[in-house]
Amino acid sequence: MQKRWTDGSKTSAVAESFVKPNDRLSSFERLEIYNRVYWFRVLDCLYDDYPGLRAIVGEKKFLDLATAYLAKYPSASFTLRDLGSRLEKFLRQEPRWLAPNEELGLDMARFEWAQIIAFDDAALPQLTTDDVLDTPPAKLRVRLQPYLSLLELNYGVDKFLLAVKKREGDTLRDEASNTFEAMPQKKRQRPVRLPKRERLHLAVHRYDNQLYYKRLEPEAFAILSGLKQGRSVEKACLEALAKTRRTKVDWARQIREWFHDWSALGWICPAKK
Amino acid sequence: MPANPFNNFSDYGIGIGLRVPHYRHILEKKPVVDWFEIISENFMVDGGRPLEVLDQVLEQYRVVQHGVAMYFGSADRLSRTHLKKLKRLVKRTNTPWLSDHLCWGSVDGRYTHDLLPMPYTFAAAKTTAANIREASDFLEVPICVENVSSYAEFHASEMTEWEFLSEVVELADCGILLDVNNIYVSSQNHGFNPYDYLNNVPHHRVGQIHIAGHSKFEKYILDTHDHPVLDPVWKMYAHALKLVGKTATLLEWDDRIPTFDEVHNEALKANKFVEKQVQNAAA
Repeated sequence: MQKRWTDGSKTSAVAESFVKPNDRLSSFERLEIYNRVYWFRVLDCLYDDYPGLRAIVGEKKFLDLATAYLAKYPSASFTLRDLGSRLEKFLRQEPRWLAPNEELGLDMARFEWAQIIAFDDAALPQLTTDDVLDTPPAKLRVRLQPYLSLLELNYGVDKFLLAVKKREGDTLRDEASNTFEAMPQKKRQRPVRLPKRERLHLAVHRYDNQLYYKRLEPEAFAILSGLKQGRSVEKACLEALAKTRRTKVDWARQIREWFHDWSALGWICPAKK
Repeated sequence: MPANPFNNFSDYGIGIGLRVPHYRHILEKKPVVDWFEIISENFMVDGGRPLEVLDQVLEQYRVVQHGVAMYFGSADRLSRTHLKKLKRLVKRTNTPWLSDHLCWGSVDGRYTHDLLPMPYTFAAAKTTAANIREASDFLEVPICVENVSSYAEFHASEMTEWEFLSEVVELADCGILLDVNNIYVSSQNHGFNPYDYLNNVPHHRVGQIHIAGHSKFEKYILDTHDHPVLDPVWKMYAHALKLVGKTATLLEWDDRIPTFDEVHNEALKANKFVEKQVQNAAA
């Protein structure tokens, strides 16, 4: 626990002013129990939620990064699930925590947060034929599932994370843990080789309540991004194709196939009325 | 007491917590369990696997909700967002009663994710009771408030913890989730007789009992919920049953969780105390 209070006075003196000592522990020591449990709990949560980021920066640096993040952005939600919601923002403000792998670290932080969203974010009713009947593509608007994240990345973080998880063993975290006696255990393991630079478009989603990530072609990603931003189906497709350099593709057929796949995956929902 | 207004006149026996490491066993083997306790906040989500598992469990089992983040003792008003999400869950589970803790844990929109002890003052009791009444009115389900284990006491306290708990539940007209292990842990940390606590709470308001394990350190005991129930706590449980009668009992095991059978067998040890109490009551 910090030795100085927010006003510069000794924390021990502040503790004595409102906490009773007992025959074994001083006021400061009694407060320290809560301090220790708090940090163990929140650090353990981030430790479990970000195995990929941990593998990139290293265990020691990850704990320092997590401590700095939580000091700047303490939990603002009743649920620990949201603890990492501002981690990307923090890392953009203070990229030194990711050095020398700033870009890779940011990609991984975004990817791992997307998995938290995919795990338990809301699912809307899917688009049906009746929703689109008689609506021309120029006017047809749709929504994407709230649990679906679209990520434009510079590194193959998906394959890297799979390798990291395979190495660690995918143990489930029990959120109901009441308290902790020790810091998260550092595991001695062979490091997984960091991924090479690779332009990547990824959809992070769930299907049948299982987490999946799907690599997308750039044009598919562009269409989905356009739909997410509220473009009509026609406009999203036209804008995506305007950027493509691939000319020998039957785009009408390709786009039809993509929409068929996305519907089968349950990604497409009716627009808000 | 069995079947009282604070457990919605239900007559639940021995239950265990619904925990992630046991999901597969429960859904595949369908063991006989009287009831499960869920941590409300784990299921106050908008979709996905947690709710899928919960719905499958609800098809086969009785479920009671137990919260860890309502913070009845907070000086801030209860969060309406939290209450709305909680009410949605209450409708889903049809929980006969709902519990949370006599504690605070958040201030100015920042959360500690802990159950922090309160100063035992009349002003704090009044504020806490008002929060409980507000929650009870909104959720439309009986509420039991649980005593927490604690590692600090405050100069500002005007009464003992059990006097404070009694004051709160009378003002709020709510039930008590009597955590026998927490009483033991706090008694060792603060130097009071745990039987004074047990003897001096309003027994007719006890709607549920918690038992659990804890960890001993050199200068204090920590409420870790990662061990079997220790003998002093079993003895206190037996004494509690004499005072309150056969009451819904839940074994908490939340960390270093062993197999389902090990947890369930530990919980079922409570039956021998319950049976003895029933025999004594009949005699």
